[in-house]
Amino acid sequence: MNTSTDRPLIGRWSSAARLPGAQSLRARLPTHPLAWWIWALGLAAAASRTTNPLLLLLIVAAAAFVVAARRPMTTWARGFRAYLIFGLVVVAIRTVFHIVLGGGYGETVLVGLPEIALPEWTAGIRIGGAVTAEGLASAVYDGLRLATLLVCVGAAVTVADPRRLLKSLPGALYEAGLVVIVAVSMAPTLIESAVRVRRARQLRGSSARGLRAFRSIAMPVLDQALGRAVALAAAMDARGYGRVGSLTAGARRTSAALLLAGLLGLCLAAYGLLDAATPGTVAVPALVVGVAASVTGLVIGSRRMVRSRYRPDRFDPRSALVAGCGVAIATLFFLTEFSGDPVSHPSTFPLLWPQLALLPLLGIAVAALPGVLSTPVEPPPDQAHSTQGRPESVRSVRVGP
Amino acid sequence: MITFEKVSVRYSGAPSDTLTDVDLVLPPGEFCLVVGPTGSGKTTLLGAATGHVPHFTGGLLRGRVLVGGRDTRTHPPRELADVVGAVGQRPMDGFVTDSVEDEMAFVMESLALEAAVMRRRVEETLDLLGLADVRRKSLAELSSGQQQRVAIGAALTAHPQVLVLDEPTSALDPGAAEEVLAALHRLVHDLGVTVLLSEHRLERVVQYADSVLSLTAPGQPLQYGPPGDVLAQSLVAPPVVALAKLAGWSPVPVSVRDARRLAPTLRKRLGDAAPAIRAPGNGDRPPRAAVLSARGVWQRYRRGPAVLRGVDLDVRAGEVLAVMGRNGAGKTTLLSALQGGLKPERGTVSLDGSPVRAATSRDRRRSVSLVPQEPGDLLYLDTVHAECAQADGESGAAAGITLALLSRLIPGLDEGTDPRDLSEGQRLCLVLAIQMAGLPRAVLLDEPTRGLDYAAKDRLTEILIDLARAGTAVALSSHDVEFVAATADRVVVLSDGEIIADAPTPEVVLSSPTYAPQVAKILAPASWLTVRQVEAALRARGPLASNEALR
Repeated sequence: MNTSTDRPLIGRWSSAARLPGAQSLRARLPTHPLAWWIWALGLAAAASRTTNPLLLLLIVAAAAFVVAARRPMTTWARGFRAYLIFGLVVVAIRTVFHIVLGGGYGETVLVGLPEIALPEWTAGIRIGGAVTAEGLASAVYDGLRLATLLVCVGAAVTVADPRRLLKSLPGALYEAGLVVIVAVSMAPTLIESAVRVRRARQLRGSSARGLRAFRSIAMPVLDQALGRAVALAAAMDARGYGRVGSLTAGARRTSAALLLAGLLGLCLAAYGLLDAATPGTVAVPALVVGVAASVTGLVIGSRRMVRSRYRPDRFDPRSALVAGCGVAIATLFFLTEFSGDPVSHPSTFPLLWPQLALLPLLGIAVAALPGVLSTPVEPPPDQAHSTQGRPESVRSVRVGP
Repeated sequence: MITFEKVSVRYSGAPSDTLTDVDLVLPPGEFCLVVGPTGSGKTTLLGAATGHVPHFTGGLLRGRVLVGGRDTRTHPPRELADVVGAVGQRPMDGFVTDSVEDEMAFVMESLALEAAVMRRRVEETLDLLGLADVRRKSLAELSSGQQQRVAIGAALTAHPQVLVLDEPTSALDPGAAEEVLAALHRLVHDLGVTVLLSEHRLERVVQYADSVLSLTAPGQPLQYGPPGDVLAQSLVAPPVVALAKLAGWSPVPVSVRDARRLAPTLRKRLGDAAPAIRAPGNGDRPPRAAVLSARGVWQRYRRGPAVLRGVDLDVRAGEVLAVMGRNGAGKTTLLSALQGGLKPERGTVSLDGSPVRAATSRDRRRSVSLVPQEPGDLLYLDTVHAECAQADGESGAAAGITLALLSRLIPGLDEGTDPRDLSEGQRLCLVLAIQMAGLPRAVLLDEPTRGLDYAAKDRLTEILIDLARAGTAVALSSHDVEFVAATADRVVVLSDGEIIADAPTPEVVLSSPTYAPQVAKILAPASWLTVRQVEAALRARGPLASNEALR
């Protein structure tokens, strides 16, 4: 069956061949979500190559600047502040752990906490004891690095909705991607249903707590969630989800096996590249084999899916620029670390004030560029509509009394 | 367009067929309305037309169903997606994505249409359904009428020849339902789509239908034909048809407009008779004493706009109060505030003069009970008996009280049934019995008529009026104008969190075309509201006169 042509089944639809507005939209194509993720991962990679708190804070500042400038006006994008707070919490936890379970090297004792005597066999672990400036600094640097990684991921989630990224996945991953999208959009309804049922429990005068209350709330919520899941499955079925393509069972299995092997290879490669102790001789071949296997698997698997995409995101030059900024900062930080410049890992023993250097600063400046260079976000829906300028012929038809 | 050949459906484990030997040929471009009481197999019939039955539900289908020339036996629903579009009762449950445009494109993506074609069809459908203004909004932000129109649009972009809709307007207020039906009407007329639609509230839909398919009970033969003829013999009929039967009009009109042309004779027969006003119940207390009273209640959620803006309201002993208004006007919030489950931001709610929130939820349960919009939220045990016993315990009533109440509401219900297997009407009665176990001073019901057929609604009307007679204060929220006209003594209209009308039922409903019941529209300017009132007046005037006397 040829489904790719527009069969006028019902005739009489007004056929405006090209709609105005399409032109103006193309002029400001949004940045591809993949580009934002490459940018953010570049920042994260850079952060993972340094413990210099000044550089880390500057990376966070660059991310925050870009987010502030390019955050879309959706509910999804309001979460960046939460990532910042979460980052602070991580630093705090790391510091508290250090103080309590201290690694007491260094000479500048700040506070002398009482030490709890532990039996002989717990060698290496101690509770309490002296807190030194050197140890504390090293803990804070470490926590700050982890927090920066978190903020980078948060920036990616904020500027590029992960659901849009899933839309650009290759066909073979479409089904898995859709499951994630559906699960994400189900979460709020599940919470809403739990709130409603809890209120209903109060209507029955129940003040039960603990396991009994859990059962009386969980049962109706699960019941409703299951009902909704069945309804959703029926709706998806009725709308053509899962129409079969022309792929044999053998090819499907080959695709799955190749994908799995490719992912394994990529994991190995990632570990090899990020862990300085692993020699490059392992990482590079693993990377090559992993990429090759994944791509082959995706290509074979994608032939199975007979689907098209509505308004796919396009990787335009500006998107390439955004991705390039991410790659640039990562490269510059790698180079700095490779050159052995102490700016990457300032000494904590003896404790020295961290320095700055030209190369990493240049990287951070480049990473902040997308805040000005990328396509500006569209204004919120209400304003977007009025500025779109639709001519008389396609103005919305009022339906209803 | 849709052909049923000797179709019988039996679900696994069921003792008998749900549909028996259905033969039906639906021509292209027809708007066919499926009617019938709860449990008569409407949903099964609709499901069979989309391939949902038996591919998704299981069960055994004998005979053959052809849709647009394709046999559902060999084509599962996904292979019929370009021929049949299905729309359900709750649009939110069927949404896959979270934006209007993506939702509309979903089926076309599955059908692998070209990007340019998809883009064009989305624009056309947005215009056709009047959704262009909200295209970029997320689905959760839309009003329920808009959501239902998006669901229709999401099916429509595949350019199906048939649309199958299962109670698409049951959750909508009169205005939103009108929006959806007008859109459907347009599809039938402009695009020649064949529509198969089921609905309980016939008064809303029947004037749009070309034909009616009436199911009576499982195993009984079905009737199919012009709306007037079929509805005159059907178990379920809108007030206009009931009135026509009472007055002996022939052919039977199905729209208010047709009926009004026949009305002068009936008006003459009724003469100067006035509808009987139900005396307010007194019980053992002085009538008209406020049981619940709200003073200056303000309420808002999170940082959103205010949902209630300084509401003053008394719910009096011995009366049934109906709260009406658009979806989102604050009806549910008002009932929650009256019950005391919600703390008003400003203002007070008192029960018999003392603040309602001062009592613990356990004590409050015994004095004010609320039946929520989803009665199922209250149920969590395995059997009806267990739920009833639990309710006795919670409300401190003597053992067996709840069961006794329930058997008054639904005689002969098996106590061992799982509450989840009950019909909507039965489940509502169970929850009502549970909430009434403590013999509360006030009973509040949020949208109690959703999913109920005419018989069940009549029963609910009787129950509520009995309650009021016994001196209980009853308040309910509803979109169902016919039900409100038959049940309520007083109507309050909420708009944007403010009370814009508060008066006896006839005064409110007669002054507004949105809230006027069919009988009132037909017999205007006289103030008749229900078929029952007319029937009683005619009976009081003596035996029914012959048709000749009428002319």
